[in-house]
Amino acid sequence: MKALCWYGTRDVRVEEVPEPKILASDDIIIKTSTTAICGSDLHLYHGTVPMMEKGDILGHEFMGTVVEKGPDVKDLQAGDRVIIPFAISCGRCFFCKREYYSCCDNTNHKSYYSKKMNGDATAGIFGYSHLMGGYAGGQAEYVRVPFANVGPAKVTSGLDDDDLAMLTDAFPTGYMAAENCNIQPGDTVAVWGCGPIGQFAIRSAYLLGAHEVIAIAIPSPAV
Amino acid sequence: MNTQSAPGTDNTSDVQLKKCVTIDRTAEELYEKWKDFSSFPLFMEHLVSVRPAGLNRTHWIAKGPGNTKVEWDAATTADTPGKVIAWKSLPGADVPNEGSVHFDPAPVHRGTRVTVTLSYAPPGGSVARWAAMIFGEEPDKQISDDLSRFKALMETGVVPTTDGQSKGNN
Repeated sequence: MKALCWYGTRDVRVEEVPEPKILASDDIIIKTSTTAICGSDLHLYHGTVPMMEKGDILGHEFMGTVVEKGPDVKDLQAGDRVIIPFAISCGRCFFCKREYYSCCDNTNHKSYYSKKMNGDATAGIFGYSHLMGGYAGGQAEYVRVPFANVGPAKVTSGLDDDDLAMLTDAFPTGYMAAENCNIQPGDTVAVWGCGPIGQFAIRSAYLLGAHEVIAIAIPSPAV
Repeated sequence: MNTQSAPGTDNTSDVQLKKCVTIDRTAEELYEKWKDFSSFPLFMEHLVSVRPAGLNRTHWIAKGPGNTKVEWDAATTADTPGKVIAWKSLPGADVPNEGSVHFDPAPVHRGTRVTVTLSYAPPGGSVARWAAMIFGEEPDKQISDDLSRFKALMETGVVPTTDGQSKGNN
């Protein structure tokens, strides 16, 4: 299959790589229908995130169709259309039980250096260095999704991929920024930055009841 | 999860390591899993196997530098259900070593604090070399990662892996 692989700073290549296999009993394999480039992928591209290895497959914003599943996968079937969150979560630890899925204690199985650097580790993240678990990412024709009983969301509506793929990372990121502001009905809210995340923060502020949103940006290609 | 190293690591004689992790399981469940020494290689990456070798005796095989192996016999020196297990290598081991695991209730029903101590006495020569033989190249990292894997195994039933996943190779 084709996948986008990292080889060094400003050196990423679309290559033929082996297709993923089921490695644990609660894995699924999906055929990717849409995958996106996140702003944080640029940190990998620019070489500012340590512990990348040559050949690592990038990408943490992706969705597709289930083509294979492990024996312990409960609710998903081959053919199901699924959205995959960027963070991999076990569903069983202290944080997951409180719905802080991105703080999962168990999926980042290479967490030692992350703990040394940051005091504690995040969950494992697709395609985002061996600090974050070293999981192969979603900028590939097929992707192995571990802990598939927890993260993947089955799509039951007829919405297009373009309306859904942003749920994997970008929309929740902007939404969380707005949510953190404890917006009350009638509030006026200022949002600095009008790139994709800023756009979602603006729309989320309205969703959460803001009367008026003032968007602030310096002229840049992102506006 | 919190892990911490014990103060007082002494590089000139015995080397001691201490790590602690909170696991969302009862002390009894964790004790039962730990008491089955043969399951250690599931979460201790540097071990090849641990087999029963008679009453309170176990035979350990670990990965050494390169493709070598290092073997030793150990005796179980403490065993209190739900509380503590301790072991110590028998005379004749290349790298005399001992270890213990304590299970203590964590605060506010958050499971169990699991504290592992390991010490080994390099018989002269390079401390780092002997340490590598028995605990991997980076003992502190090895034990921290081993405990993370034990936590994942006990909380989720599996040890997370990426071994065998797709990767570019140019």
